[in-house]
Amino acid sequence: MRPRPLSPHVSVYRFQYTMIGSFTHRMTGIGLAFGLIVLAWWLAAAAGGAAAYGDASAILGSVPGKVLLALWLLAFCYHLFNGIRHLAWDRIFGFEKREARRSFRVVILAALVLFVALAWFLFFRGTGVAP
Amino acid sequence: MANFRLPANSRIRRDGKVFKAPAGAKKVRTFRIYRFDPDSAENPRLDTYEVDMGSCGPMVLDALIKIKNEVDSTLTFRRSCREGICGSCAMNIDGLNTLACTRACDDISGDVAIYPLPHMPVVKDLVPDLTQFYAQYASIKPWLQTHTPAPADGERLQSKADQEKIDRPSACILCACCSTSCPSYWWNSDRYLGPAALLAAYRWIIDSRDEATGERLDALEDPFKLYRCHTIMNCTEACPKDLNPAKAIAEIKKLLAERKN
Repeated sequence: MRPRPLSPHVSVYRFQYTMIGSFTHRMTGIGLAFGLIVLAWWLAAAAGGAAAYGDASAILGSVPGKVLLALWLLAFCYHLFNGIRHLAWDRIFGFEKREARRSFRVVILAALVLFVALAWFLFFRGTGVAP
Repeated sequence: MANFRLPANSRIRRDGKVFKAPAGAKKVRTFRIYRFDPDSAENPRLDTYEVDMGSCGPMVLDALIKIKNEVDSTLTFRRSCREGICGSCAMNIDGLNTLACTRACDDISGDVAIYPLPHMPVVKDLVPDLTQFYAQYASIKPWLQTHTPAPADGERLQSKADQEKIDRPSACILCACCSTSCPSYWWNSDRYLGPAALLAAYRWIIDSRDEATGERLDALEDPFKLYRCHTIMNCTEACPKDLNPAKAIAEIKKLLAERKN
């Protein structure tokens, strides 16, 4: 007998809030891991003297640099709040379907609010990384 | 590891058959159904059936039975009780795992897409091979284990409160909707037990009469068997009996964490 086919999975399953939340948590986590490398590089540059720090600041202060910083900031905001959601789940809190749906919406909203607030503070008040 | 693409022998052909509704049909509904014939050398395909809902029962299972009886007798699926208690007709309907007998056609908008339970070996059409799923259930030893002799004058009793703890988890019908909705189970079903087996494990862990709680927890303390659960919550969303496997798994993780202290 020929080998049995595998039934379709991601291609047919509805991309509902459960999978969106989990997938985004993972993607933002991976993104933040790369962001940590950049942070380490920026700190190393700061320790390396004025010239190295100036180069790093110029790169991060460029438009692509700022876009990446904004994405990392957004990833951080989502990962932070969804992480708190996971901590609540670890304490067996919020497992009913109604609660899980609502907490997902709260996470999205809270992440966006924190992102806008921090972005305004960091990018437009001139207190951030960029020169 | 996650493999998002289907193997070459599993990709769905685009040239499925189309069965038109009979002339004079009043309320036509289109069903797109996954077909696989193990006796042919061909890949799976999607067949399209137009069903006259004017002469069909309300549930998706009613439509499947009507198709099999009146249109295409080769269509193969499991069914038995038609009232959501046997779990036979579990399948992926309109993108979600559920029982065909309790899913109303009217609750679905547009065409009704029906696939077998996801990421499973397909025996034929909508019939998945559940051998591994049942083996995983058996592996958690779903029976009462005791070391002390039973009371001489009767049964092992438990309080009403203790009974209520196992009331809901015991209502699982092993339809496999939850496990096959879980992305972690898709990618690691060879080592991750999946929500259904873990819900059953929890049911015995918290049973006040069971005396193998420690051994049961030992057996689950494994990076894959239990901890591949990342609280995605697809299982709880899918359960046609409104049970909560995700919560049961979190309870097991908590018991294991508390045991270390």
